[in-house]
Amino acid sequence: MKYLSEFRDPEVVEHYLEELHKVATRPWTIMEICGGQTHSLVKNGLLNLLPKQITMVHGPGCPVCVTPLNLIDKAVYLAEEKGVILCSFGDMIRVPGSSRSLLEAKANGADVRILYSPLEAVKIAQEHPERQVVFFAVGFETTAPANALSVLHARRLGLTNYSILASHVLVPPAMEAVINDGEAQIQGFLAAGHVCTIMGLEEYEPIVQKYHIPMVVTGFEPVDLLQGILMTVKQLENGEAKLENQYSRVVKANGNPEARKVIEQVFEVSDREWRGIGNIPLSGWEVKASLADFDANRKFAISIAKASECADCIAGQVLKGIKKPFECSQFGKGCTPITPLGAPMVSSEGACAAYYHFAEADVA
Amino acid sequence: MCLAIPGKIKSIEFQYDGTVRMAKVLFGGITKEASLEMVPDAKEGDYVLVHVGVAISIVDEEEARKTFEYLEEIGEIDELVASSQLDRPNPL
Ligand code: SF4
Repeated sequence: MKYLSEFRDPEVVEHYLEELHKVATRPWTIMEICGGQTHSLVKNGLLNLLPKQITMVHGPGCPVCVTPLNLIDKAVYLAEEKGVILCSFGDMIRVPGSSRSLLEAKANGADVRILYSPLEAVKIAQEHPERQVVFFAVGFETTAPANALSVLHARRLGLTNYSILASHVLVPPAMEAVINDGEAQIQGFLAAGHVCTIMGLEEYEPIVQKYHIPMVVTGFEPVDLLQGILMTVKQLENGEAKLENQYSRVVKANGNPEARKVIEQVFEVSDREWRGIGNIPLSGWEVKASLADFDANRKFAISIAKASECADCIAGQVLKGIKKPFECSQFGKGCTPITPLGAPMVSSEGACAAYYHFAEADVA
Repeated sequence: MCLAIPGKIKSIEFQYDGTVRMAKVLFGGITKEASLEMVPDAKEGDYVLVHVGVAISIVDEEEARKTFEYLEEIGEIDELVASSQLDRPNPL
């Protein structure tokens, strides 16, 4: 119970834990999709407090982790060879590419900048009309409105020196890929609260029906997570498969229609390669052809041969919930947050980094 | 990077030649700029959930306060503070 003091409301937590211990009679395997939830589960020590019957496996919901090696190599190439101002979220610049990360490129003199928001990159483009500015636009549905807005702002300002290198992934196809993979044997899902804040619930009902799998849209605080897990376990114990919304104080059934309008103006659905997992059909967003001038891929016609991944890294199996980070031979040895071999050790939302920082001794 | 943080709208102004509603949003002691294009109904004093510089929903004050306290407690706000210092380019 050593983490309990960190909770905002230990009593509520205690209550849900008691409920869970009462309700869970058989072994169940539940996947949380969102890396933010993985981070919260591990950081708050919840995995150690759950009844033994409940196994949480960690899903692929870390955009930094699933951005393909090839795209990182492209970003490094743009920064080093094309002399662009390469802007990125902080996490992304430490992810190893095939020869180096963006951070290493920066140390070698490339102009790589860490930003909080893609909208800041548009301002940089405005201030530097003589330079090309590229934003490395990674993310799930939650981040897509911001990345799309940056393109719309740039177009409105008439900028010809701004583009995005898009690596946008979608949750529902990834859930189906994980289910169909079979090896992880997922019996229920916690769906990602902030993704649904944008997209609403509509897309998930068909998955619940098709695979007869319970799904609970869940927030990321300890109390949210425990409640989400409890709702899922109750369904499982009753043999039900429903879509429920634990996070209704934030998530509306129809999501945020304004945000989706912006996404539709800029992006179209495309096949997408997920690092460690492979190609998933119709699982990403690409900049529309009509906005090709804002698409770094088309604008710079970059073509870089695909390099192979580090042979020891089992990130793909970790991201699909088949293996836990500590089952990797490199975990905590060759691979640490300072010397990451794979992306899940870099991002704070990556499962390997979460286990390394908070739970190494307890969970392993 | 997927974190969305609740903050209070301090002021609203139009940018990009008067076409885009932007707000100064207070997160504890930190003020950051956020686009309000996804929350057309948001007004001064409202609490909004902000993700990478874009407000994605309006939340009630109580909810915002609880979430913010939680994030502060577990140190996630530090990330916001760190990222609020724009990384300056290499000397040109
Ligand atoms: S511990 Fe490192 S090498 Fe092993 S799977 Fe995770 S990121 Fe890859």
